[in-house]
Amino acid sequence: MKVAVLKGGRSLERGVSLRSGARVEDALERLGHEVLPIDVGPDLVKRLGAEPPEVAFVAMHGVGGEDGTVQELLEILGIPFTGPGAAACARCMDKVQAKDAVEDAGLPTPGWFAFNQTAFREFGAADALGRLEETLGFPLVVKPSRGGSSLGVKFAGSAAEVPQALVSAFSYDDRVLVESFVDGRELAVSILGDEPLPVVEAILLEGDRYDFEARYEIGRTRFACPAELSAEEERAVTEIALSTYRALGCTGFARIDLILGPQGPWLLEANAIPGLTDTSLLPQAAEAAGLSFEQLVERILELALQPAAA
Amino acid sequence: MAEVPEPTHRRRSHTSTRDLERYAGLFAERTGVMRSSAMRDLMAITARPEVISLAGGLPDTSTFPPQSFAAQMTRIAQKSAAKALQYGPTEGFEETKDCIVEVMGAEGMLPDPDDVIVTTGGQQAIDLVCKTLIDPGDVVICEAPTYPGAIPTLCSYQADIVQVECDEDGMQVEVLEKLLAELREEGRRPKFIYSVPSFQNPAGVTMSLERRHRLVELARANELLVVEDNPYGLLRYGGEPMPPLYQLDGGDFVIYLGTFSKILSPGIRLGWAVAPPPVMEKIVLGKQAADLCTSTLTQYFVREYFAERRWQRYIDDLVEIYRRRRDTMVEALRTHFPAEATWTEPEGGLFIWATLPDYIDTSDLLAKALRADVAFVPGQAAYIDGRGSHSMRLNFSGVDEDEIREGVRRIGKVIAEQVELYGTLTGEQRTPAPEEQSAPNVLPFRKAGEAG
Repeated sequence: MKVAVLKGGRSLERGVSLRSGARVEDALERLGHEVLPIDVGPDLVKRLGAEPPEVAFVAMHGVGGEDGTVQELLEILGIPFTGPGAAACARCMDKVQAKDAVEDAGLPTPGWFAFNQTAFREFGAADALGRLEETLGFPLVVKPSRGGSSLGVKFAGSAAEVPQALVSAFSYDDRVLVESFVDGRELAVSILGDEPLPVVEAILLEGDRYDFEARYEIGRTRFACPAELSAEEERAVTEIALSTYRALGCTGFARIDLILGPQGPWLLEANAIPGLTDTSLLPQAAEAAGLSFEQLVERILELALQPAAA
Repeated sequence: MAEVPEPTHRRRSHTSTRDLERYAGLFAERTGVMRSSAMRDLMAITARPEVISLAGGLPDTSTFPPQSFAAQMTRIAQKSAAKALQYGPTEGFEETKDCIVEVMGAEGMLPDPDDVIVTTGGQQAIDLVCKTLIDPGDVVICEAPTYPGAIPTLCSYQADIVQVECDEDGMQVEVLEKLLAELREEGRRPKFIYSVPSFQNPAGVTMSLERRHRLVELARANELLVVEDNPYGLLRYGGEPMPPLYQLDGGDFVIYLGTFSKILSPGIRLGWAVAPPPVMEKIVLGKQAADLCTSTLTQYFVREYFAERRWQRYIDDLVEIYRRRRDTMVEALRTHFPAEATWTEPEGGLFIWATLPDYIDTSDLLAKALRADVAFVPGQAAYIDGRGSHSMRLNFSGVDEDEIREGVRRIGKVIAEQVELYGTLTGEQRTPAPEEQSAPNVLPFRKAGEAG
């Protein structure tokens, strides 16, 4: 089969995307497919037109590749592609939209407010910041609404730390999310098709838990897969992850990140196109389920070529 | 697609067939401290062609005359092809050492050629010194900020890095003295003090003569080694030349590191180290284990190049070009950076260090700057403990004057947006930020131009 692997692009996560893409290409070759690697740029449509693939493997992360932009284009061109559709991607990428959808579905997610930059620049939203303390309390986590990895995610322990955290988050997006900090175990549930894979837990080895960068650094975080959970916990976590996946309209695959607090699991965010590098969580979870990387890639392709269920 | 021949290579199949976990048990402990980070991923984007990168540390090799390069390579081919293609001595050729002695002589140093080893770039010289001196957990003292490229090397030998703040006169040797006393009480002896005393990377500052004398005295009194890294000493655009630490000390307690990278070419990968004989003996063994010898071909190139007797004139040309670029950058900073920003005005080298108000995180700012197609190095890269997050390193040697102006303008624009936003968020208009208010966790430099 002729498979175009879309990777790179201009997003801030270009580096990870190139690594995901290279690994996928390699697996596809070993599976005997004809691979058309494309570092996505202004010539994307021309290249897809010149050599129409039977399916496109989207190995892009961040803005452009994970937010529905490329997916919309592929839908227009009539090229089947891996992972969630354009609308689901857009919902997952935008944490505010995702939280809205999840809350509408009655699923637990930490309390939050969302702000646009315009609200501060033109409508004096700064005067509403006091409400954060009353409603959400501290500590808070400030995140760009559309952003990947830990980029721009800041912790605010008091009201005085909020403006600086907002400036950082607004560096990545015009919309930011201010969310209650929920303490607990950090879990990720990858879903393949409609099947949840074994739960992965990120365990910080050193430093403090407010150091969001640490989670993405090899050597500072250890990943346990499958996570040590009671049957009860595992059921609750998996159920919420699956419900989230459906509420967001995901198909193909996605990774749902949760916090398991004393009161149970809370949804943090959904990743429409989780990393596929050799240190990424989805491949680890697949392996724990007995799927090699090749088998994972093959399964993802199959799902892309299945006629839409909905 | 045209007919595809048999693939000539297979990409990474050896790693991608298995997950990291399968190898994890085999990794040396030191790989745990070799970190990759989101910031490093951001830096990967600076390579996009449309990005004006003030992030590099590149000399402008387009200034080297191609005819001269061609003539030298031709001479090597005609006169010494077989030798230039052969292995060479681990210490380097005597003729290369003669060139090194000449370069060091230009800064007033007179090393014994037997104390010199030719290395594969200055970076290998740092690596070999670490390999020779550091056991896991050993204390190594660096400047704060320090050369970002030294950090991964020190980390890979599991050094316990302690940083001593710099000010506009370089490393604060008074602070170093106190630190040494504290360490002595703890019964810990630092293995060496790493310093870039002239036109420091990244801060652009130069250690004062008084501090140089004091540092050398301290080293002697405590029998400590100072590793003097001096890649830029000959690239001086103003002010009076300073004697290198090596010259002041005479080479007993100073290990000197030099390189041809900034005065000729980084592509030839030729650097050197000068060390007292017992240390040199170990360094040579380390070098032998690492790569047997430095490229003979590029050593021949340097030999031919120096035989032309024009190397100093080429440096004079570079100094002219870089001085203009530095002036252009300083001028652009005055025009485009906010009143609260401070920056160094270096008398030489390749870098300016700028510090912004403490509510601006330069790693986040980089994300915004990249959308405006401009890049710099966030200050955090020069610290091991997360400090430096309000500062940035700007390079002025690798891009032309128009690009410097445009690059600084673009950075200034994204900073102005952050400043305005912060003002809106706090209900204050821009806070006037005199130098006392500069971020407490970074270099407290005077504002350039206002310096007394």
